[in-house]
Amino acid sequence: MSEITNKSLKEIVENIKSKEISSLDLTQAYIKNIEGAKKLNAFVTTTFDQALENAKKFDSKPNYEQTLPGIPLAVKDLFCTENTKTTAGSNILNNFIPSYESTVTKNLWDNGAFLLGKLNCDEFAMGSSNETSFFGNVINPVGDKLVPGGSSGGSSSALAADLTPATIGTDTGGSIRQPASFTGTVGLKPTYGLCSRWGIVAFASSLDQAGPMTKTVTDCAIMLEAMSGFDEKDSTSINKKKESYSKNLKDNVKGLKIGIPKEYRVENMPKDIDELWEKGKKILKDLGAQLIDISLPHTKYALPTYYIVAPAEASSNLARYDGVRYGYRSKKDKDLIEMYEQTRSEGFGDEVKRRILIGTYVLSSGYYDAYYLKAQKVRKLIKKDFDDNFTKVDAILTPSTPSSAFKIGEKTNDPVSMYLNDIFTVPVNLAGLPALSLPAGLDKKGYPLGLQLIGNTLDEQKILNVGYAFEKNCGFKNQIKKWWS
Amino acid sequence: MPLDKEKIKHVAKLARISVDEAKVDSLTKDLNSIFKFIEQLNELNTEKVEPLTSILNESLRFRKDQISDGKIREKILKNSPKKNEEFFVVPKVVE
Repeated sequence: MSEITNKSLKEIVENIKSKEISSLDLTQAYIKNIEGAKKLNAFVTTTFDQALENAKKFDSKPNYEQTLPGIPLAVKDLFCTENTKTTAGSNILNNFIPSYESTVTKNLWDNGAFLLGKLNCDEFAMGSSNETSFFGNVINPVGDKLVPGGSSGGSSSALAADLTPATIGTDTGGSIRQPASFTGTVGLKPTYGLCSRWGIVAFASSLDQAGPMTKTVTDCAIMLEAMSGFDEKDSTSINKKKESYSKNLKDNVKGLKIGIPKEYRVENMPKDIDELWEKGKKILKDLGAQLIDISLPHTKYALPTYYIVAPAEASSNLARYDGVRYGYRSKKDKDLIEMYEQTRSEGFGDEVKRRILIGTYVLSSGYYDAYYLKAQKVRKLIKKDFDDNFTKVDAILTPSTPSSAFKIGEKTNDPVSMYLNDIFTVPVNLAGLPALSLPAGLDKKGYPLGLQLIGNTLDEQKILNVGYAFEKNCGFKNQIKKWWS
Repeated sequence: MPLDKEKIKHVAKLARISVDEAKVDSLTKDLNSIFKFIEQLNELNTEKVEPLTSILNESLRFRKDQISDGKIREKILKNSPKKNEEFFVVPKVVE
């Protein structure tokens, strides 16, 4: 592994600024790594020629004032990129070339970065293991047969394997935090509305939120700074002043109140997870934080609520794939209805179809009140649980996932067991809150495990600060050996 | 409430997804296990709870009703799998 690509984004930016490395050399180093890592299947599309050209352009006229000067970045293939194929991991979009750029990626490019390639993900971000992608499984660099988590599995795999200095994902029910946890990396789901949803292929619009995936907490703050911000084109974008998360990063947690919710100690939780949580509590306590036992009584209803709300919104969002305006179209088209039905049947994979059917059913006449309305009421109770507790605590500490990375194929035959993976991450999406997954230790098998810090609305700085202090005192080291090339 | 095969075929029709007859059995099994899981919500009494309609406490912004772009027909048609110079083309719907 070449030296430079081992480094954090912050160090790489410093190296560019001090002219120790050119953008071109940096880009070439990543391209070399990517070409040697085809086994991981992290990329759907690479844009090497364009990246090299952009690197040369930067080197000939460098602007060191930018947040991401001359930095090549690969992004999840859910972000629309102008003139570069955007698939959302689906056959139905496998020929789609957007004529516009998503706001979040545009923000990154405006800060000096450029595109290195598009990263594999679960189809329409529906999955927890990257096994639903039309473009095949992604492998976790932690181990040959392990899933990288999902849905941002290409992102977590590429980041952990040094194929990109940092990346971005989207998180509807845990799709940033769970893959970050499975690969020993840092992942942040921001407050709903902090990052624009414009130009991101929609899954469940009231839950979807883009966020950074990085090697360190500082990198996470840098990326969030670059990608977030008000956007007129997203009706739920929050109009507030931009913050300098990285400049304001402080590792002082003395006196902060950290809530420990008893409902997150679930039945049959592996001992490793329990021990990790204890370790996390001890680190924060030793740093002067005050631990407070709290209760979030409706936690167990979060997943069932999610599996009504998310499919309902998905069934409505995915109605646009009709074989008429863009994307795949079936050859079986003797009439319009047949064309629609065959296009959607051939274009969508099994998990996406399952969720569209669930969503269509819960919204259908006669069932709306029993399912969708019920779920929106429970969602209110879940949000209220958090609201009540954030009057007493500054942040909440929980495990990120109920297990470490599992084997490819282990959970594909049982959708509910797959869904249970998101048990600790989903409540945050339902409540629209920010949450940070931090690498915190290894289990007995040597696989990484993460802890999650949940913050109140727009408290990104606070949880980043706690995470920063935690990181300095945790001593986590990813032990990835480069077995794939 | 268990979903039977007929119901699933009906929902698939509503969703405009043709379902392979050979896959209906496994789909029925999967969807029923998911609904069994979802129906835990019935344990909760939510009679007096207002449904959540927006996660942000503010109401949606209004914008001026102004044309901000246009004349991009080419861009819009570009990704269509079947088109002529001006329109998307679909199978004939009127005899």
